[in-house]
Amino acid sequence: MIAGLAVDVLLAAGSLGLALGVIRARRVFTAIALFIAHGLLLALAWVRLDALDVALTEAAIGAGLSGVLLLAARHRLARGGSERTTEAPGRVATIFIGLGCACITVALGYAVLALPKPAPGLAAEVAANLAATELGNPVTGVLMVFRGLDTLLEAAVLVLAVIGVWSLAPDATWRGTPGAPWPAVTDGPRALLARLLPPIGIVVAVHILWVGADAPGGKFQAAAILAAMGLLVWFAGLVRVPPTASWPLRATIAAGPALFMAIGLAGLAVEGAFLAYPEGLVKPTILIVEFVLAASVAAALALLVMGAPSRDAPP
Amino acid sequence: MSATLFGLLGAALVGIGLFGMLVGTQPLMRIVCFNLLGSGVFLVFGAVARRGGGAGFAADPVPQAVILTGLVVAFAATTLAVALVLRLAGNEDEDRH
Repeated sequence: MIAGLAVDVLLAAGSLGLALGVIRARRVFTAIALFIAHGLLLALAWVRLDALDVALTEAAIGAGLSGVLLLAARHRLARGGSERTTEAPGRVATIFIGLGCACITVALGYAVLALPKPAPGLAAEVAANLAATELGNPVTGVLMVFRGLDTLLEAAVLVLAVIGVWSLAPDATWRGTPGAPWPAVTDGPRALLARLLPPIGIVVAVHILWVGADAPGGKFQAAAILAAMGLLVWFAGLVRVPPTASWPLRATIAAGPALFMAIGLAGLAVEGAFLAYPEGLVKPTILIVEFVLAASVAAALALLVMGAPSRDAPP
Repeated sequence: MSATLFGLLGAALVGIGLFGMLVGTQPLMRIVCFNLLGSGVFLVFGAVARRGGGAGFAADPVPQAVILTGLVVAFAATTLAVALVLRLAGNEDEDRH
């Protein structure tokens, strides 16, 4: 009890300190480094909140992929040296902004302290109906069955984000290879890790995907790890990404949401409700959707980090 | 206890992130602060999830699933914002030439 409380206080204090460090940092690199550390502490905080699925996602996407994305962007901006900056607000304006933000924090803090007791929730309903989904992990049950529509829309958001990022390509590189190309490295830590880690990472990702039905894990966590492995090999210059005009690439990104939507529509025809799964085949159907979605989401996440086709010279 | 503590941390992160976003001058810095703000919102919701535990679950699975969805969507928004910043910087290069 006491040890648990001490861990909580340390995590909260560390996370708060790192967040303050982010906004005090003068250099973007420092801010991003502190932000990644902050994300890792938050992942531990999610463990303490008994939200293991969220903890895995926070570590993989919130700290990992976001960190890589921001560091790569800083690198490209630093070399270009032409980042557009806006004018800083004046001293008085800053004070008022600070007061306003403090008010929001105090109001939110008050809301947290004034939450009703006993806490309302849907845990009992999920527990009562989880058996019908044939799943053991309640979070996967909510994601794939009870709130399946949210997950479908989320998968669609990722496809739209890829389209949005690609649309920002300059005319000269339109339909070209995503991102600024990285030169092949033959020695050093990057070359070594790019050869050593992917086999391990792929096994871990497939494991997390497979156990997601009954234990913490699932397609988003697995997809983030797969995307990270792909990016590692890409940063080492060992793979060539197909151009954005490539139909197989586009089909890979769209396959997951398309299959999910098709199964949803089939549910409308067979069971009479959108996203209703066929009786007796609930779990196999969910697993097929999870596996195809994982592949599509992994491709989308990796492509989002690579960015729009660019004619930047390799770093 | 954990729920209240991390809920309050979430409230603080919302304020810190919003402040950094409003007073920041560098676009990437503001994107980082946008993510701080987001993590604060998720933590407040996480506190609600932890308090709503019961029926054999340590935390209410419904908010957890929504937070998971939110994390992925926030990441998608971040990548789009970063792509916009890179494109704007690229445009300025073209203006100069």
